[in-house]
Amino acid sequence: MKHLLSTLDLSRDDAIRILDIAEEMAAVGTREVKKLPALRGRTVVNLFFEDSTRTRISFEAAAKRLSADVINFAAKGSSVSKGESLKDTAQTLQAIGADAVVIRHWASGAPARLAATDWIDAPVVNAGDGTHEHPTQALLDAFTLRRHWARARGTGSLGTDLAGLKVAIVGDILHSRVARSNLWLLRTLGAEVTMVAPPTLLPVAAGSWPCTINYDLDDALAAGPDAVMMLRVQAERMNAAFFPNAREYSRRWGFDDARLAALDAHGLAETLILHPGPMNRGLEISSGAADSSRSAVLDQVSNGVAVRMAVLYLLLSGDQQRTANETQG
Amino acid sequence: MDTGNAMQRTSGSQPKSARTVLSGDDIDRALTRIAHEIIEANKGVQDLVLLGIPRRGFPLAQRIAQRIASAEPGTDPAAIVGQLDITMYRDDLRHSTARTPSPTNLPAGGIDGKVVVLVDDVLYSGRTIRAALDAIADLGRPRIVRLAVLVDRGHRELPIRADHVGKNLPTATSEKVRVRLGEVDTANGLPLNEVAIEGQA
Repeated sequence: MKHLLSTLDLSRDDAIRILDIAEEMAAVGTREVKKLPALRGRTVVNLFFEDSTRTRISFEAAAKRLSADVINFAAKGSSVSKGESLKDTAQTLQAIGADAVVIRHWASGAPARLAATDWIDAPVVNAGDGTHEHPTQALLDAFTLRRHWARARGTGSLGTDLAGLKVAIVGDILHSRVARSNLWLLRTLGAEVTMVAPPTLLPVAAGSWPCTINYDLDDALAAGPDAVMMLRVQAERMNAAFFPNAREYSRRWGFDDARLAALDAHGLAETLILHPGPMNRGLEISSGAADSSRSAVLDQVSNGVAVRMAVLYLLLSGDQQRTANETQG
Repeated sequence: MDTGNAMQRTSGSQPKSARTVLSGDDIDRALTRIAHEIIEANKGVQDLVLLGIPRRGFPLAQRIAQRIASAEPGTDPAAIVGQLDITMYRDDLRHSTARTPSPTNLPAGGIDGKVVVLVDDVLYSGRTIRAALDAIADLGRPRIVRLAVLVDRGHRELPIRADHVGKNLPTATSEKVRVRLGEVDTANGLPLNEVAIEGQA
């Protein structure tokens, strides 16, 4: 594994390896000294062309817990606003001596471009590109699900996948890189995925995706999902009339208090509610649901640090150097 | 878990140049002696914690704890044994393949103010133990740290020595010392306990 650009080309073995390593990384977060010396002397650059709270802080915490040095770059207030190209920015980072680049970009495919060109040698981690993919979010969701269901069944989570788990992904699928990354990874790990959205918020290609599609949230909840993943309604990407108004969306596709009660009525005691954040409380998820005991929103955030530590550790230790040497002969 | 034996899992067939230097019974006798040495050096089992280094240090630590418990009645062997993973503290992370870390489990009482005995199968360069000392420093502050190994094969690269040694084995650097313990190793479906030296195949 040289880069982490997408979950589509992530093998089952690699995915489970990342989750297993994350399990040990999570244990570090509970210790008094929350630091490992594994990446001492390495530099990780957080290259953020798009706003982010959770992901950037999470990657920063992950790199720092592994003792790496972190350079945070935000497009706002940088030379990008003077018109500097991605190539020149990348070459600048190369000259500074970045050992890994974590990139979030508004353009789908920007991380792949960075990885495919010789602008920079460092491993590239996709931290969300346009409406394409957000692989570490999918990994942390899978980690959260795996842990919760292992605990609920009273088994260990190490080495296991998500076989047989039923996951409903609800909301703005059209613009969601989280939904795409989750779909590929959940399928790789053996889970069944149902996409629930108004037809206007489903991409044309969704018909060929390996998932079932349901336009009715109540119907999808009655089917007994093991987890419900609510997506943010991405107001900044709403450039057309996708639904009549926010109140109608909330009534039909929002996870409100009535649907929270419906989970109990269906006897789904262990069903989790996930949300990648930031939440629009009252729109796609009610405060009652977001703050309920079913909500794993804060677990997702703390698990995110562990998963990103695992990814940085795997990309920056051993393997990569070795393959470089091998190709040099 | 020093270089050489770490990657070895199970193997039914051995290279021709392999010779067994310790049988399962020899290992048992060595561990019994080490257990009594530990009790003697510590003047009892007060504050004693055994930390095994994955992979084979941990079953060794469990076996030693069993023997300590049978020599000193009233001791709960499970309560004094832990596992200490050192993967993230290795000094060769940049150059060797990325390793998947094992869990670190400390006994309920922690290690602050305790007498910690590190347990590993083979003492070779000493780099694993250096890493273990760093890992311990991040987990707490023991009163004393001691080292018990089943085999000391020489060729130290750091100023580290063991307090309790099962067997000193003079080796050449080209040879490999394989420790096989029934808890993790099998041959033809049966648990295998032995220490073997393999020449360069």
